[in-house]
Amino acid sequence: MNKSIAAFIVVAAGIALTPWVADNYYVKLATFVAMYGALALSWNFIGGYTGYPSFATAAFIGLGSYAGALFQNAGVPLILAWLLAGVVTAAFAAVLGFAILRVKGHYFAVGSISVVEVLRLIASSWSGLTGGGDGLNVKILQGGADYAGRVFLFAMLAVMIATFAVTVWVERSRFGFGLKAIKQNEDAANMVGVNVSAYKIGAFTLSAVFCGITGAVYASWIAYIAPVDAFSILTTLKVPVMALLGGEGTIFGPVLGALVFVILEESIWARFLEANQAILGLTIVVLIFFLPGGLLRIDYRRIGRRLGMGRSGATGGAGGTAGTAGTSATSATSTGGTGGTGSNKDGRDA
Amino acid sequence: MLTLQILANGLVLGGLYACIAAGFSLVWGVLNVINMLHGSLIIFAGYLTYFAWANVQIHPLVSLLAVTGLMFLFGYVLQYLLINRVVKRPVLTTLTLTFGLDMMLYNFMNVVFEATPRRVTLNWGSVSLGDIVLPMDRLVAMALAFTLTGVLYAVMRASKAGRAIVAVRMDSDAAALMGIRIPRVYAMTFGIGAGMAGACGVLFAVAFPVTTNVSGLLLGKAFVVCVIGGLGSVPGALLGGLALGLIESFGGHWFGPQNAITLGFVLMLLLLMVRPTGLLGIKGYE
Repeated sequence: MNKSIAAFIVVAAGIALTPWVADNYYVKLATFVAMYGALALSWNFIGGYTGYPSFATAAFIGLGSYAGALFQNAGVPLILAWLLAGVVTAAFAAVLGFAILRVKGHYFAVGSISVVEVLRLIASSWSGLTGGGDGLNVKILQGGADYAGRVFLFAMLAVMIATFAVTVWVERSRFGFGLKAIKQNEDAANMVGVNVSAYKIGAFTLSAVFCGITGAVYASWIAYIAPVDAFSILTTLKVPVMALLGGEGTIFGPVLGALVFVILEESIWARFLEANQAILGLTIVVLIFFLPGGLLRIDYRRIGRRLGMGRSGATGGAGGTAGTAGTSATSATSTGGTGGTGSNKDGRDA
Repeated sequence: MLTLQILANGLVLGGLYACIAAGFSLVWGVLNVINMLHGSLIIFAGYLTYFAWANVQIHPLVSLLAVTGLMFLFGYVLQYLLINRVVKRPVLTTLTLTFGLDMMLYNFMNVVFEATPRRVTLNWGSVSLGDIVLPMDRLVAMALAFTLTGVLYAVMRASKAGRAIVAVRMDSDAAALMGIRIPRVYAMTFGIGAGMAGACGVLFAVAFPVTTNVSGLLLGKAFVVCVIGGLGSVPGALLGGLALGLIESFGGHWFGPQNAITLGFVLMLLLLMVRPTGLLGIKGYE
């Protein structure tokens, strides 16, 4: 737990320092890391802790970006507009959660994806409010590229830190304990007195509020939003994938996943524009088959030992054991970040 | 009279939707896998049909069998080698996996076939019955869609493979004890799902322009039909498909065509809340 927090502080400090040590390209990258970090941490509340396969992330981002843009264009000050967008998104998620959290598993997954589609279709056809398919222009922040870059970097970073702080609180609180109980066995949790529906709606709302704020900040940053980008099916998949990549249900995993994902995306996939999606798809397939528990749940010491033994030509049986250990760690709900903390250091280097 | 025309349009759409959803519903019901590939498989088959027709002059009705068989093989191998390994894992895993595979296929099609809409034009003219006018190719597509859905029903009821699939759906542990090889049945099921998608793709190419952009849309239809009709049964897919076709057709007339799709999704979400097992309830492929 403490190691996870320390690792997070290192990442956050690294992001905060970029404007002083690197040029605007890296500032943009760092902003993306903070943004996806906040989104993946948000998804973690419902998908990681509660075990509900939510694919509604893009719905919250899109709603937040439209709400933020509309508030801002109506003359609301920047930061207030962002916070109000969070409030709107949270209210929407609470109502939506009341409706669709009654169903589990596959039905929930399909329902949550459909919400993205419905909102996108509404945003496209309600042209009086949203500008329809033409999109919506947002006021560009004055003060030059350097200044604007820093403003949005620190805004995204602030959202990520806030999301992380809430995650730490959830991890330690009775609420988080209840969510983990729901993940393991919802009926049993209900039986021992967890207010299951309130907890689930709470987790769903938490997972929405920071997505909404992130969306609003993103809209101000890009200064233009359109239905297809705001409610992107690709984003709705990318965010859970990041959380899975780092290790879902841990406190540092989603941030690590976002960091690794953005680095991979910029360094490898961006070079193959035509096959960009296919490579992302392939990454997902590889992730699912070879990294089922995410980067944080790999036992790096064991791999190190195995490599050492491999060189000296000793027993090769350890490979199979490492693989199964990773798989079983996914099904067994780890209590807290303990499963991951031991290997944080190595994880960040990956 | 306008009402009758809308009704006829709805039935044509409904037939195709039923056919699209039947395979998807089978995979979801038996394997517990949400096959995000389904839309792209339909489009892939549509492209195969188009190129067979445009380049080698193979009539779509001839390629129907070949494309279906090819897609069946593709699905069988995919399930046997890849998806079977994670089939027991939670929906998050299987859905993400098929989504990843879908992205690869989608990207492949975009690069190789380009996204230009292509359509097989058969110039069959149209049929008019009183005031109702329907293009012949769509009418044939509808008739074939109903036929294929019927064939699937018959296969499920009467063939040995079909009975094995139903048995696995009812109780896979008991089925395994009776000597059914579960991985093969799973592969068979996914193969049939992909084969149905392939057949739909052929019909789709005859009646509508084929482009990669609509693969997500088709997948969405499969979702809605499954939730309306209930999972894993041919009659459910048929009922759900017809219902969605009529809802979109009438909804498009009353609320404008751009809102017809939204209407289907909203109805689905409402139905998820009140009756997640679908209108027909949970039943097997009996």
